[in-house]
This record gives sequence, C-alpha cells and structure tokens, in this order.
Amino acid sequence: MNSKRNWTDQRIENTLGVLLRSGVLLSAVVVFIGACIYLVRHGLAPVDYRVFRGEPADLRSLRGIIRSALALRGRGIIQFGLLLLIATPVARVAFSIFGFAEERDRMYVAFTVVVFGILLYSLLGPA
Amino acid sequence: MTILEFSLLLCFSSMLAGLVGALTGLGGGVVLVPLLTLFFKVDIRYAVGASLVSVIATSSGAAAAYVKEGFSNIRIGMFLEIATTLGALLGAQLAAHVSTHAIAMVFGVVLLFSAYFSRKPRSPAQRDVAADPLATRLRLNGSFPDVDGVRAYNVQHVPAGWSLMFVAGALSGLLGIGSGAMKVLAMDQAMRIPFKVSTTTSNFMIGVTAAASAGVYLSRGYIDPGLVMPVMLGVLAGSLLGAKLLVRVHTKYLRLAFSLVIVALAIEMLYNGLKARI
Repeated sequence: MNSKRNWTDQRIENTLGVLLRSGVLLSAVVVFIGACIYLVRHGLAPVDYRVFRGEPADLRSLRGIIRSALALRGRGIIQFGLLLLIATPVARVAFSIFGFAEERDRMYVAFTVVVFGILLYSLLGPA
Repeated sequence: MTILEFSLLLCFSSMLAGLVGALTGLGGGVVLVPLLTLFFKVDIRYAVGASLVSVIATSSGAAAAYVKEGFSNIRIGMFLEIATTLGALLGAQLAAHVSTHAIAMVFGVVLLFSAYFSRKPRSPAQRDVAADPLATRLRLNGSFPDVDGVRAYNVQHVPAGWSLMFVAGALSGLLGIGSGAMKVLAMDQAMRIPFKVSTTTSNFMIGVTAAASAGVYLSRGYIDPGLVMPVMLGVLAGSLLGAKLLVRVHTKYLRLAFSLVIVALAIEMLYNGLKARI
C-alpha cells in the first residue's frame, strides 16, 4: 500500500514538473512576442515609472486582457503571457486535486480544493 | 531614457540578479525590488508586482527540476500552502493600505534577516524523533533518498510551522519576494523536516504562494506589462543559466559577497524608507 502510494506520488510529481515547465516556457514565448511588438511601436518613447498611476482597466481584468491581446496590442499580449504564468501554479493545484482523488485521499482532496479556492478568489474575486 | 534602452538595461540587470540568485540559492527575488526602486527609480508597488511575477517564473522552472529527485513532500507542501496563500492574500491587501515608506522599511528588515539566515549554519539532522500525533493524522511524515539509503522522518510542531508559513505568505504578498528563507526556517527549524526536503518543498510552494498575491496585484493594476516584461525574461534566463552553471562553480565566496550586497541594499531601503524617499 505504502509503496503504491509513493509510486503514485512520484508519478504525479513528474507530471506536475512537466506541466510547470511547459507553462513557464509558453508564457515566456508569449511575453517575448508581445515585447517585440511593444518595443517596435513604442521603443523610442520616453520612460516613466516614477509616478504610480495604476494600469488601465483593459490590462487588469481577464476579459480586458484577452480583448487587448486579440487586438494584437503589445502590452495586451505581454499581459496575457503574464496571466498564463500566474495560471501555471494554479493549474498545478487543480491537477493535484485529481492526483489525490486517484489515491482516494479525501483529506488531501479537501485541502487542495481549499488552496484552489483561495487562488481563484485572488484572481477573480476582489476588484 | 527611451523605453528600448530602459528595457534592455533592466533585462540585463535582472538576468544578473537571477543568475546570482540561482548560484547562491538565495533567489533573485530579494534583490529585484531594491534594484528597481533604488536604481531604476520605479514606484515600489510596480516593483513588487514585477518581482512577484518573476518569482513565479523562477520557482516553477526550478521546481520542475527538483521534483524528479523525490525530495519534496507534496502533502507537506499542500497542507502548508493553505497557510501561505491565506497569508499572501492578507499581504496583498496590506500592500494597498500601508504607505510605501513602511513597505520599504519592512523590506529592509526582511533583507537583513535573509542575509543573516544565509550565513547561519543549519541545525544538525534529527534522527529517530517520536511521531507527533497531529502530523501522523495529517499524514505529513515521509521519507527521502539519502546518501545511506532511504531515510524516514517525523514532522514536529505542526501549529508553529503553519503559523510561520502564514507570516511567510503575508511577507511574500506585501514585498513581492518568494520568502524562501522563512519557509525553509519554518520547515527545517520549527517542524524538524530534513533540510533537503525543506528546501525543495519550499521551492515547490513559492510559485503557488506568489500566484495568490499576483492575482490581487493584477486586478488592482499594479502589474505593468512594459516593466514586468524585461524583468521576467531577464530573471528567468539568468536563473536557468545559473542552474546549469551550478555544478561547475564554487559558490562559497559568491554567497559571502551576495550577502554583503543584500546587507547594503537593506540599509539603503531602511534609510530611504525612513527619509520617506520611497
């Protein structure tokens, strides 16, 4: 029983490792594409991050970011890439729910659902 | 300065931070916010947002390499992630209400702490401690491949470790750092988990913790794509390079030098926070 549990743990962890790496790689590629568009269009403009303004609404919400990325705006594509990056650990947690369910470990299914809920709340909940 | 020059300079500096962070095992996250605020004069809220995103990139990339070795304990990680993500939500909420001077000063103190912690010898490995009833019920005890075969370990002081993890999560959400040092402290010192298991499990948790606060930062408009892009790409490239070089480089003096840099940055952050310049 115990060795079977360890074996499944190991298999889950390997899959998670691949998931994490692909997520990071994919987001880096998307950010890089966005960066090229952004720099070609705005590279010669002066820079100013000294004053804090906050981002416009279309770079804050899930829907706004997707719309901006589909319009092929550089900043929108970069933000979409960053969203993919933030979603990578969230996907890892979601996948772990199934992993623990497969091991019939109800307590850890519950713990993982709680973590997943907190992550969803942070992404979608407060405005 | 134009956006192109700024981006290239920032990308290069972030790459250096990621490289040294990976080589010393201290993480590049701790120096990113001081780098951005002190040298690039970026508002600390933008800086923290950029740093959080980079922390997710490096920890997810590194975790993929670690999990294969069988050191990390996914049950300990998941159980403690409840604490770190709740803490991260609190930290991200605090970031909106606390003055930027106060954030800078807390950052300075945490930097001093991580410099001290990186010089401190780790506690001797505990063998054959009795199983803690709570840890047993939570199925936290495990085993890992050691030099002399598979070694089993019993987790101790679960409530203390959980509380420390909550604080680690809050600091991560407030300051945009991975809080790796504090997570390892909670597992290695408080919960008596073997050092190797602590560090790898901590790395696995950092990304999830940072994602919890990054969501809040994103929806609040603290994540600027133009600023985060060079930082994230630079740190990621630097840390991947660092992980490749790690086996070939002797890091003792590098660690010492990096600790001194951290102390200098800590004093600078404290000073600027006190003078209300950040």
